Amino acid sequence: MLSHLNLEATELRLGLPGSIDDVPSNNKRPSPEDHQTPPAPKAQIVGWPPVKSYRKSTAAAKNEEAESGMYVKVSMDGAPYLRKIDIRLYNGYSHLLTALEDMFKLSIGEYSEREGYKGSEYAPAYEDKDGDLMLVGDVPWEMFMSSCKRLRIMRGADARGLASAQ
Amino acid sequence: MCLFQFQSVMNYFPEEVLEHVFDFLTSHRDRNAVSLVCKSWCSVEQFSREKVFIGNCYAVNPERLIARFPRLRSLTLKGKPHFADFNLVPDGWGGHVYPWIEAMAKSGINLEELRLKRMVVSDESLELLAKSFPNFKSLVLVSCEGFTTDGLAAIASNCSCSAMLFVIQVFSCLYTQVVPLLVRGYCFSVVDDSIFHDRFLRELDLQENEVDDRKGQWLKCFPESCTSLVSLNFACLKGEVNVAALERLVARCPNLRSLRLNHTVPLEVLQKILVRAPQLSDLGTGSFTHDPDSETYIKLTNAMKNCHSIRSLSGFLDVNGRCLPAIYPICTNLTSLNLSYAPGIFSNELIKLICHCKKIERLWILDTIGDKGLGVVANTCKELQELRVFPSDLYGVGNTAVTEEGLVAISAGCPKLNSILYFCQQMTNAALITVAKNCPNFIRFRLCTLNPIVPDAATNQPLDEGFGAIVQSCKRLTRLSVSGLLTDQVFLYIGMYAEQLEMLSIAFAGDSDKGMLCVLNGCKKLKKLEIRDSPFGNMALLSDMGKYETMRSLWMSSCEVTLGGCKTLAEKMPRLNVEIINEAGEGDGEATYDNRHRVEKMYLYRTLVGPRKDAPDFVWTL
Repeated sequence: MLSHLNLEATELRLGLPGSIDDVPSNNKRPSPEDHQTPPAPKAQIVGWPPVKSYRKSTAAAKNEEAESGMYVKVSMDGAPYLRKIDIRLYNGYSHLLTALEDMFKLSIGEYSEREGYKGSEYAPAYEDKDGDLMLVGDVPWEMFMSSCKRLRIMRGADARGLASAQ
Repeated sequence: MCLFQFQSVMNYFPEEVLEHVFDFLTSHRDRNAVSLVCKSWCSVEQFSREKVFIGNCYAVNPERLIARFPRLRSLTLKGKPHFADFNLVPDGWGGHVYPWIEAMAKSGINLEELRLKRMVVSDESLELLAKSFPNFKSLVLVSCEGFTTDGLAAIASNCSCSAMLFVIQVFSCLYTQVVPLLVRGYCFSVVDDSIFHDRFLRELDLQENEVDDRKGQWLKCFPESCTSLVSLNFACLKGEVNVAALERLVARCPNLRSLRLNHTVPLEVLQKILVRAPQLSDLGTGSFTHDPDSETYIKLTNAMKNCHSIRSLSGFLDVNGRCLPAIYPICTNLTSLNLSYAPGIFSNELIKLICHCKKIERLWILDTIGDKGLGVVANTCKELQELRVFPSDLYGVGNTAVTEEGLVAISAGCPKLNSILYFCQQMTNAALITVAKNCPNFIRFRLCTLNPIVPDAATNQPLDEGFGAIVQSCKRLTRLSVSGLLTDQVFLYIGMYAEQLEMLSIAFAGDSDKGMLCVLNGCKKLKKLEIRDSPFGNMALLSDMGKYETMRSLWMSSCEVTLGGCKTLAEKMPRLNVEIINEAGEGDGEATYDNRHRVEKMYLYRTLVGPRKDAPDFVWTL
C-alpha cells in the first residue's frame, strides 16, 4: 500500500547498507491514475506532518493527560471500603447512577432540580475542585467530569439534608 | 557628475560622516551592500556595525566575525537546518554556541544581545555568557536545546558582580558631586536609577525550546536590585516556578511589557500579576482554569479590564472554556493571538472568542476551528495579515481537520492576508486558483496536506495547477512550501514565475530531475532549498554547481543522489561543505560505501572556513 513511498529507506535497521535491496526503482512516484483513495500515512512517515517536535511533544503530553482516565474514589456511608471508577466511561448522569446502584446494591431515586433525589434514603454527592460537597446532577455533565474529585453516596439524615429542596 | 567623480567626492568625506550616514542603515542587507562599494566604505562599515546576522553558524567562524566586526554588540546565529525541527537531523549533529561565546569573551567584545535559533546551548555556555559581558541585556533562544534551568539561574543572577564594580566606578567619578550630597544626608538613592537599569538584563525570551527543567529556583536568582526587565518569556518550561518570586519580580519591574508564563502558574497568580502590571502589552497566560463563579475569577476579570495595553495574547495550554469571557475586553484591541497550544478550547468557544477580535493581524490556531470557524474569521478579522492553522490530531485519524473551504473563505474575507501556514485534510486546484486570485499579496505561502501525496479532492488530479496559480499571481512570494500530489509541472511553474522566491520546501513531489532543474535555473533569488523523498538525483544536483555558492544551503534526504554525485560536487566546489549524515547503526565507515550508493541525507552549504572541526562521527564532510 505504501511501498511506493519507499518507507523502508526511513527505517532504522541493523546490517550493512546494500545487504537489503535498498536501491529503489525509478518509479518512485505513482502516476495520477493510480490514486483511488489516499492512504492514511500519518503515523508511519518520519517527520510528517511537518510539525515542530516541541509542538508535538506538548500535544502528546496533553493527550496523555486526557487519556489516562479520570478515576475517582467512591465512598458509601457505612461501607467497609471504597471503590474507584473511571467517570470517563460513562456518557451521562443516568449511566453513572445506574452503575453506582449496581456496584453498591442500592437504589438512588429520581433526580429533580427542585427536590434533589426523591424516593430513596441515598443521595449521590461529590467533592469538587474547591473542596465543597455538591449534589450530583446540578451541572452539565462535562463540567461535572472536570470538577469531580471524589464521589460520596450519602444516606440517612445527611442525605436528606442534601436531597431536600433548599 | 559621473559616477567616478561622485565616488571620489564621497571618499573625501571624513569617516565620521560616512559612519553617521551608515547609522541610518539598519537592515543587514543594506549594510552588506554598502560594504561592497569600495574598500574605504567597507572599512568604515565594518568598524561601525553593531548588529550582525549569521544565517548559518558554519558559514563563518567566531575569529573571522570578531576580526571583521570588532564593535559587535548584537549577534544573531542560526544553527541546524530547518528540517531538524521534524526530527530529520540526528542528535549531536552540531550547532554549538559555546565556541562563539568563548571567542567573544576572550576578545573583549561588548556583547549586549544574543539571539539564537536551532542551536545547542549548554549550561556552561549560559554561565560563561552571564559572567563575561557586563552590558549584556537581551537573550532570545528559539527552538534551542541542551540547557537546563540551572543555566537560566546563571543568566538571571548575572549582574550582581558587575553591578558592584560599577557602583564603585560611579562613585569614584561622581565623588565631587556625591560628597556634598552625602554631607546633606542624602544617600545612594540620589544617584540616577537609570544608570543601574542599564546594567541589568532587559530581555529573557525562551521560545519553544526543549529545556531540562531541574525544578530549581531560577526565578529567585533575579537579584532584588534587578528592576530593568522589559520582556520575560518562560512559557516553554515544564516545571513549577517560585510564584512568590515571580510576583515580586513583576512588581519591581515597571518597564515590563512582555510576560509569558508557563502552564504551572495558576490563575490566582495571573490575577495578582495583572494587578501589578497593567502596562503589559504582550501576555502569555499560565493555567487558565478556575471556577468561573469564584471570587478569584471575578478579580481576574476586573484586572483584565484594566489592562488597556495588551495587544498580543498567547498561552492557554491548560484552559477551562468557561473562563474565556474574562479576556473578551482585551480581545477588542488584540493584534496578535496565539491559541495553537490550546487544545482545550472547543470550536464553539473559539468562535465566540474570535467574534471579539476585530483588529487581529496575526492569528495562530488549531484546526479544531473547522471550516465554519474560518468562515467566522473571514467575516470578522478584516485586518488579518498572517494566519497559521496547525493540526490538532497528530496521533490518530480524526475528523477535526480543515479543508480547502476554510482557506478560500479566508482569502475572500481578509484582503490584507500575506502570510499563511495551513495544515489541511484535503485541497483542490480550483480552491488554490481562487485563493491566488483573491490574495496576490502573499509573501509566505505554506500548505501542508496531512497526507503528503493527496490529489485534488474533486478531480483526483495533481495539485500542479493550483500551486502554479499561486506563484504566478503572487509576485512578491519569498517563501513557499508545497504538498499533495505534484509532478514536474509544478516545478516548471515555480521556476518560471517565482522570481522573488528565497526559500522552497519540497516533500514527496516531482517525477524526475527536470523538476529540480527548473527550480535551480529559474529561481534567481533562491537562498534555501530543502527537499525530502523526491526523485531528484545527480543530474539535477550537478547541473549548476556554482548556483550553490549563491545560496545559503541545500538539504536533500531520501532522494536519488548518490555518494558519487556528492563527491563530485564536493571536489569541484571547495567553498561548499557537503555533509553526508548517516543514521546511527548504518554502515561502519567509508569502506562500506560505494559511489553508486544512494545517500540518505545530504546537507550542503557555502562556507568561508572549510570543513567544520566539530562534526560527530556520523557526519561525513566530503
